[in-house]
Amino acid sequence: MTVLMQAEALHRHYPVSGGLFGKPGLVRAIDGVSFVLRQAQTLAIVGESGCGKSTLARMATLMEPPTGGELLIDGTPTATASEAERRRLRRNVQMVFQNPYGSLNPRKTVGAILEEPLALNQRGDRSARERAARAMMERVGLHQDHYDRTPHMFSGGQRQRIAIARALMLNPRIVVADEPVSALDVSIQAQVLNLMMDLQDAFRLAFLFISHDLGVVRHIAHDVLVLYCGRAVEYASRQDLFAAPCHPYTRVLLAATPSIDPRHRKQAVAVKGELPSPLNPPAGCAFASRCPHATVRCTAERPAWRGIGGRGVACHHAEAM
Amino acid sequence: MPLLEVRNLCIAFATARGCFRAVDGVDITLEAGEVLCIVGESGSGKSVSMLAAMGLIGWPGRVSAEAMRFAGTDLLSLSSRQRRQLVGKDMAMVFQEPMSSLNPCYPVGWQIAEALRTHHAVPRARVRDRVVELLEQVGIPAPATRLGAFPHQLSGGMNQRVMIAMAISCSPALLIADEPTTALDVTIQKQILDLLVALQRQRGMGLVLITHDMGVVAETAHRVQVMYAGQMVEEQPTAALFAAPRHPYTAALLDALPERAIGRARLPTIPGVVPGIDDRPQGCLFNPRCRYADDRCRTEPPALAGAPGWRARCHYPLAVGP
Repeated sequence: MTVLMQAEALHRHYPVSGGLFGKPGLVRAIDGVSFVLRQAQTLAIVGESGCGKSTLARMATLMEPPTGGELLIDGTPTATASEAERRRLRRNVQMVFQNPYGSLNPRKTVGAILEEPLALNQRGDRSARERAARAMMERVGLHQDHYDRTPHMFSGGQRQRIAIARALMLNPRIVVADEPVSALDVSIQAQVLNLMMDLQDAFRLAFLFISHDLGVVRHIAHDVLVLYCGRAVEYASRQDLFAAPCHPYTRVLLAATPSIDPRHRKQAVAVKGELPSPLNPPAGCAFASRCPHATVRCTAERPAWRGIGGRGVACHHAEAM
Repeated sequence: MPLLEVRNLCIAFATARGCFRAVDGVDITLEAGEVLCIVGESGSGKSVSMLAAMGLIGWPGRVSAEAMRFAGTDLLSLSSRQRRQLVGKDMAMVFQEPMSSLNPCYPVGWQIAEALRTHHAVPRARVRDRVVELLEQVGIPAPATRLGAFPHQLSGGMNQRVMIAMAISCSPALLIADEPTTALDVTIQKQILDLLVALQRQRGMGLVLITHDMGVVAETAHRVQVMYAGQMVEEQPTAALFAAPRHPYTAALLDALPERAIGRARLPTIPGVVPGIDDRPQGCLFNPRCRYADDRCRTEPPALAGAPGWRARCHYPLAVGP
């Protein structure tokens, strides 16, 4: 399968001022994350708030340059690409945002929203753009009458259909979806997930699917990358990850996700504490303070990224898990 | 005598386009020491019905009910003065978004103490100690140092703990939690739910948990009420509901969960959307989306019917499968 996007030890650090007398700090929002995204595949990025999921999305869509490491789209390194080349690459990576109530311009009609990307890129004349917009509306399950309506007339699920249609107008090969269904009700969520999977099959799309909901990820993903405090802790195929999570954090995350399966409750693991501050991350493993298996080594020495049986994991005790 | 008893609750809002019934014919009974989950999609009326029980619906909303009693006290005929003595003391509520429910201008310690002072729950000299005690109970580390913290200095999970400390400060007999974990991460959600259930057990409180997350329901509730478009459509004990839902809406909702799907197969969906203010259908409110609907469903609104152990608002409740 063609590799569409590849990240090599990606870093994104933000300097923060420490106030008048404080020492300037450095937030390591993303600290050495690598992944591979292939055509017609879904890579899910999983983690809690503040783990760097959205920073990763901004880098993947070329909205922000990484401060270190290498991001390749279609085999082209983005850091050294010329402005014209970057514009070409950017067309290939489109985004669907979390909140469809905030991501659509309330003063534009659905037609105008869908045609804007085409107009900006000078594709076709007005009638060709309208034809393309109407065809896309049909494709995502919107009625032709909706062309002249404004977003406030739509429910959350339909708005998300509009947002997905807009992302696909330029025929991208990669769609970065930042929590696309977490603002939706369960019955609507299922409709949107089905639509995304249909579109993936039809257009051979690669999804970078950012989510905190492991139930959804288990359904839609091919591969899963688990982030904690800006670092990758586990990277595995969906089957491997859910069948036998290797990193203690992945296990905690799985156990904490409420399940309707009564068997799930027996294996529940209690989690203590909260995420450490990204301003002064601990010296060793970032998860050590909350980890039920932590040893002295974990607090002192940062676990290296290593491959175990086809998956990547950053834990000293991964073999014992 | 049940702790909370609500019969035929109706809540209507006067809008520019006429009267809109947000809640229509909801019955709630809760025994002491019981955990009841009210589950439904957004706009189903689950929060509004509990706000009504707390007396927090103001103009232009109108609340009517055949009966609304809390531990024998009639909530409908209560004067404002009497209600103020009850609310926050014997019945308390935890709201959905801790960040916007707490007052950003006051330290959290002061906000918890406010409830204690208003209800004279402890002598004035002991208020501070009691607040520290409460913060400790809800699992805030180093509680004495957090009294002066403002909500913006604490995380979402910590703020929700503060909300819970505030709600349990006067040892209520009934605690209503409105989506207490929706804004939180899963590991923090787990901590908060464990805390609520532990407090409920310790104190023998009645707990009403409003949620849209079926996983949360399965892990915490004793009994479940499912709401749809302002009506209660089904009520069952938790295990029975997940094993054999009686209302087609509940069944469809459970089927739509990605957790129940196998592999990457298409999810079964419920076609259409929840009816809004203007487009409430004739007959059963669920009929346009129901795959079993027939002419009777399209004309005649079903009544709440059932047998001991379950109730469903459906002409043709689903049979228990083989």
